[in-house]
Amino acid sequence: MRVLLALLVCITSLVPVLAGAAEGGIKLRHMSVDLSDQASLQRGARIFTNYCLSCHAARQVRYKQVLPGLGISAKEMRDNLMLPGRKIGDKMTVAMTHKEGKRWFGVAPPDLSNIERVRGADWLYTYLTSFYLDPSRPTGVNNAVFPKVAMPDVLWELQGLQKPVYKTVKDADGKTHKVLDGVKVATKGRMTPEQSDRMVRDLVNFLAYMSAPYQQKSHLVGLWIILGLILFTISAYFLKREYWKDVDH
Amino acid sequence: MNNNSSGFLSWIDRRFPLTDLWNEHMARYFAPKNFNFWYYFGSLALLVLVMQIVTGIWLAMNYTPNSKLAFDSVEYIMRDVPWGWVIRFMHSTGASAFFILIYLHMYRGLIYGSYKRPRELVWLIGACIFVLLMAEAFMGYLLPWGQMSYWGAEVITSLFGAIPWVGGGLETWLRGDFSVSNATLNRFFAWHAVLIPILLLALVVVHIIALHRVGSNNPDGVEIHDNEDEDGIPVDGVPFHPYYTVKDLVGVGVFLILFSLVVFFVPTLDGWFLEPDNFVKANTLKTPPEIKPLWYFMPFYAILRSVPNKLTGVLSMAASIVALFVLPWLDRSPVKSHRYRGALYQLGLGVFALTFFVLGFMGSQAPTPAHADLGFRFTELYFSFFVLMVIYSRPRSKGFYVGALIVAAALIFGLDWLRVGDIPVDIMLRTWWIPAVYWAVFTILPLFTRLHIPGDVPTRVTSR
Repeated sequence: MRVLLALLVCITSLVPVLAGAAEGGIKLRHMSVDLSDQASLQRGARIFTNYCLSCHAARQVRYKQVLPGLGISAKEMRDNLMLPGRKIGDKMTVAMTHKEGKRWFGVAPPDLSNIERVRGADWLYTYLTSFYLDPSRPTGVNNAVFPKVAMPDVLWELQGLQKPVYKTVKDADGKTHKVLDGVKVATKGRMTPEQSDRMVRDLVNFLAYMSAPYQQKSHLVGLWIILGLILFTISAYFLKREYWKDVDH
Repeated sequence: MNNNSSGFLSWIDRRFPLTDLWNEHMARYFAPKNFNFWYYFGSLALLVLVMQIVTGIWLAMNYTPNSKLAFDSVEYIMRDVPWGWVIRFMHSTGASAFFILIYLHMYRGLIYGSYKRPRELVWLIGACIFVLLMAEAFMGYLLPWGQMSYWGAEVITSLFGAIPWVGGGLETWLRGDFSVSNATLNRFFAWHAVLIPILLLALVVVHIIALHRVGSNNPDGVEIHDNEDEDGIPVDGVPFHPYYTVKDLVGVGVFLILFSLVVFFVPTLDGWFLEPDNFVKANTLKTPPEIKPLWYFMPFYAILRSVPNKLTGVLSMAASIVALFVLPWLDRSPVKSHRYRGALYQLGLGVFALTFFVLGFMGSQAPTPAHADLGFRFTELYFSFFVLMVIYSRPRSKGFYVGALIVAAALIFGLDWLRVGDIPVDIMLRTWWIPAVYWAVFTILPLFTRLHIPGDVPTRVTSR
C-alpha cells in the first residue's frame, strides 16, 4: 500500500507541470448566474432583443419559451420585447441570412440559442466587457479574449470606448514581452463602468436562461424526486435488514 | 412460488416452464451469502440497459435521423417536447452511468478472479457485451449531429482506414460515403437503435444463463457448491430471491439518487457527460480546436495517441481490448480472489486501476509530446499487468525473475529507441523510470521477500 501511495504521489506531482501549459489571453472574470432574479432576466432580455437579436438569431428558442422565467405576460412581451408582426409562438429568427452575414462581417453571426452552454457565463461576461479600440481591425475594435473578432462593439454607446492595458512579462529566455492585461474606459458611455458591468451580467444571465429554460423546473422536480428516492432507499434498507436477519454472515 | 400453485399458474406451467424458470434463476438460484459492495453493479447495469432502451424509444419518437434536421430535432426534444429534456438527459447520463457501472463490474471480476475456470465463458460473453457497448455509445454520440458528434465520428471511422489493404474499403462502408455524412447518420441510427440493442439484449441473456450454469463467484473465490447439505443446497448460499433482490433494491435506491443528482442538477457534468462543443451544430468545414471522445473512451484514446505510428497505435488500442478476451488464459493461478494472492499481486491490481485513471486523464489532455510520452509510459504499465499475470501464475525460480527484469529493461529501452525522432529524448529521459520502477518492484521483491506467495484459501466463505 505504501508503495502504491508513493507512486501516486510521484504521478500526481507530474500532473500540474503538464496541465500548466495554459491557454493565452487574459484571465476570465467570474460572474454567478442567478435565474431566480427576474428583474435581472427582464433587463437582460431587453438588452438581448435590442442589441443582439438583429444580427444573431436564437433559432431554437420560441418567445413564449422564456416567459415563465421572466415572469411577464405574453402581452407585456409582445409590447416590449418583440418586433411588430411577430407571434408569441414564433422562434427568435432574424431577417439577415447566413450568406448576408458572411458577406457583411466575414463570418455569419453564430446562433445564440445555446451560447451559454457552449462558452460558459464567465467567458461571455469577460468577452462582452473586453472590446478595445484597435485601428488595425476593420470594425475599429478588437477583443481581449477573442482576438481578431469579427463582431463590432455593439454595446459601445452604453459601455463607452475602451483602450487596451498592457503589462510586460519575462519569458523563459529572459526576454521581455508586452502582453495584453485588460481594458479600461477611454471615452465614457451612457453608463458608468459599474452600470455597464451589471448590464452585461444581466444579459449573460438571460443567455444562460435561454440556453436551458427548463433549468429551474429541473431543480425543483429533481429535489422532489431525490427526496422520494431517499425515502425509498431507507425503506429498502430496513426491508433488506429484516430479510437478512436470519442469515449468518 | 411453490408447486401447489393456483389453477392459472399450473395452466401456464403445463404450456410454458414459468415456475421452473423463476426457480432456476431467482427463487432456487443460490448465490454466495458474502457478496459485498462490488456485487451491486451487475444488476444496476441491467437496470440502466432497460432505462436506455425505454428513454431511447421515447427519444426516437421525436428524433429525425437526417443531417439537415437532426440537430434541430434534438433541440426540439429539449425545448418543445413536454419533459423531453428529462428523457434526453436520462439517456445521455445513462450512457456515462452504464460505463461507470460496467468498468466497476469488470474490475470486480478482475480482483476476485471471476474470469477463471469455470467462468471463462461468462467473462468472454461479458467482454463481447463491453465491445458492443462501446460501439453503441460511439454511434449514439453521432446522432445529435453536434460539432463533437461529427468530428469524433470522422476521427474514429478514419482509424479503420489505417488497417492495411481492407482499411479504405471498410472505412467507406462504415460511413456509407467518403466522409461522415447523412448516409453515415442514417446507418448509425439504424445500428444504434435496432441492431446493437438486439445483440446487447441477447448477449446479456446469454451472460446470465452462463453465469447461472456455473454459479456466482464471491469475494473469497470459494466454490459454494463444494459444500452442500444433504438436500444439495450450498451451505454458504442464499436464494437470490428474496435475499439479493431486496439487497439490490438498496443499491438501486442509492444509484438512482446519484443518477438524479446529475440528470436534474448538472446534466452536462461540466463537459464530462455532454461536451460544450456538441451544443453547436456540426459544421463540416470547421474543425474544432480539439477533438476528443467522451471520458469512457479516453483511456483507450490515450493508448492510441501515445503511439507515434498510426497503424501501430490502432493495433495497440485493439490489443488493449483483446487482452481482456484472453485474460482467463493469461492468469493460470489456482487462487481466484485477490485476498489470497499475495501483497504484490494486490499492488499490481491497484496500479492497474490507477493506470486506467491516468490513461483516461492523458486522453483528455492536449496532444503535446510530453503528454504523448506520459501516455506511452502508462500504456506500457497497462500491458505490463497482463504480462505480470502470466509471471505470477505459478511459482518461479529466482533466475526467472531476474530474466524477466532484464527482458523488461531491454523492451523499455527498445521501445524508447523506436520512439526517437517522434518524441524528444529529454522528455523520455524524464519518465523512463515509471515502467522501470514497476518492473523492478515486481521482479526484485520476489527475490528477497515472500510478498508474491499466495496465501491459504479458506474452504468456506468468510464474514469480512
